[in-house]
Amino acid sequence: MASPNNLQFQEFEEAAELLSADPGASTLSMSGSNTPNTTASAGEDVKLDLSEDEEGQQESSELLGGQKPSGGFWTFEYYQSFFDVDTMQVLDRVKGSVMPQPGRNFIKYYLRSNPDLYGPFWICVTLVFSVVISGNLSTFLAEQKNPTFHYRPQFHRVTIAAVVIFMYAWLVPIGLWGFLTWRQGAERQIGGYSFLETVCVYGYSLFIYIPTSVLWIIPYDWLHWMLILIAMVISGSVLVLTFWPVVRDDTKVTAVATVVTIVVLHTLLAVGCKVALLLSRRNIPTNSSSYYLNSPQSHNAGLQNRLTNTEEQQGNEDRLF
Amino acid sequence: MAASEEASRPFAGLSDVSIAEDIPVEGDISVPVGPSRRDDEFSTLDEPVKDTIMRDLRAVGNKFIHVLYPKRSSALLRDWDLWGPLLLCVTLALLLQGGAADHEDQGGPQFAEVFVIVWFGSIIITLNSKLLGGTISFFQSLCVLGYCIMPLTVAMVVCRIVLVISSGRVVFAVRLAVVTASFGWSTFASTAFLADSQPPNRKALVVYPVFLFYFVIAWMILTYSPQQ
Repeated sequence: MASPNNLQFQEFEEAAELLSADPGASTLSMSGSNTPNTTASAGEDVKLDLSEDEEGQQESSELLGGQKPSGGFWTFEYYQSFFDVDTMQVLDRVKGSVMPQPGRNFIKYYLRSNPDLYGPFWICVTLVFSVVISGNLSTFLAEQKNPTFHYRPQFHRVTIAAVVIFMYAWLVPIGLWGFLTWRQGAERQIGGYSFLETVCVYGYSLFIYIPTSVLWIIPYDWLHWMLILIAMVISGSVLVLTFWPVVRDDTKVTAVATVVTIVVLHTLLAVGCKVALLLSRRNIPTNSSSYYLNSPQSHNAGLQNRLTNTEEQQGNEDRLF
Repeated sequence: MAASEEASRPFAGLSDVSIAEDIPVEGDISVPVGPSRRDDEFSTLDEPVKDTIMRDLRAVGNKFIHVLYPKRSSALLRDWDLWGPLLLCVTLALLLQGGAADHEDQGGPQFAEVFVIVWFGSIIITLNSKLLGGTISFFQSLCVLGYCIMPLTVAMVVCRIVLVISSGRVVFAVRLAVVTASFGWSTFASTAFLADSQPPNRKALVVYPVFLFYFVIAWMILTYSPQQ
């Protein structure tokens, strides 16, 4: 109809005219490169990627397992790409970690190649403080019957809890990812998860422990153990559902061993918190007359009482469990 | 060469004008100084020390007033300073000492722990808001978070005064009410300043760490137990 230069210009005009005639019409805009990936993703997501180097992104995302880092690791933008989530996305992921369903792989369904570090980091921080605070409150309420009990906020527990929880949330995914990558070998991109996705799923799976630890304020030991069991089942199933499709192609022994290791480590974390709570309650200096009485005198007197009471305490240990 | 030719084309008409070599070309190139510019604004060496100190103190006091009545003003953001946060943090850490903690190993937070929590907490929250795409600058955010500790410091002072009188259940209820009110005030004040700088679909992601930060500080204040 016209020269090639005018043809492009006319296309824009036509689109603008159509839009002005009917402003409410739904518009669909695609990037110029028209790769098949655009149509493939249009079915899943509402928003389309309008970036111009989509082909380049797709290639690098295959190599890096879905990550989109831009720039070297010393630039700020590199880390900003790990925080590219909205409120609703974070809430969806949290919901997915609390209600695991057998058909849904957490990584494939919720993360969808957009793992973030916001969730794991702030869930770990919240868990640290909620465990310490509810432990304090639980101890305080359990010993309300004693008029001589003197409340002490054991602040050093924050440091210990922080070290334990952050090490679990970071070292275990590193080990698991390394092991899975080594087992996958050359076919890494088919089944394996990237390091960030592993960290992400571990971080979100810890979320269920936050309401569990808040409910620990109620000072009944059987309730604590029941809550731990429920939380372990839920978050353990999130992890197992995520990692089973990856390991089941391996030899039977390795697959089962991997899954069992995941579950056992998760159990150790929960049980460890509970045992720490029990131990700290027992470290309060006691009198010889009763189990929970506290001597308001100096530290030395408390130590002596504690030494003479070890048999009594060990006898009381059976009552707790 | 070509560039200089193109540059001289607009002045083509002036190419006939020649500068005589016997007229010396000299002069001063300087920005004309307006008569309203005062020298002592930029050279604080000449003014009395009291003026210098009072200027900073007035700025700090002005920001305290802005925290007391949190409106959407940009005074806290525009001229940030870290004097107020430092003062508040030191006061809070000093007030949290002298409890039962000093005589036993297991006890309340040490001075260094309070400092670390306040400053590293503020830095982490600032980093978090910047990573989520916030437009606030690093020190502005530190300034806001530090100044908004003020209601909690006031609550700490009130708690210590009340604890001198007695330490029963009624006093605990009073302390709980005061600390809860000041915690709500701190969170509300800081989100009033910080929320505007975030994209709208991530506001909750930025507000939650601030909430957690002030909650932890409120917890430290509430669990402060006097020595017996």
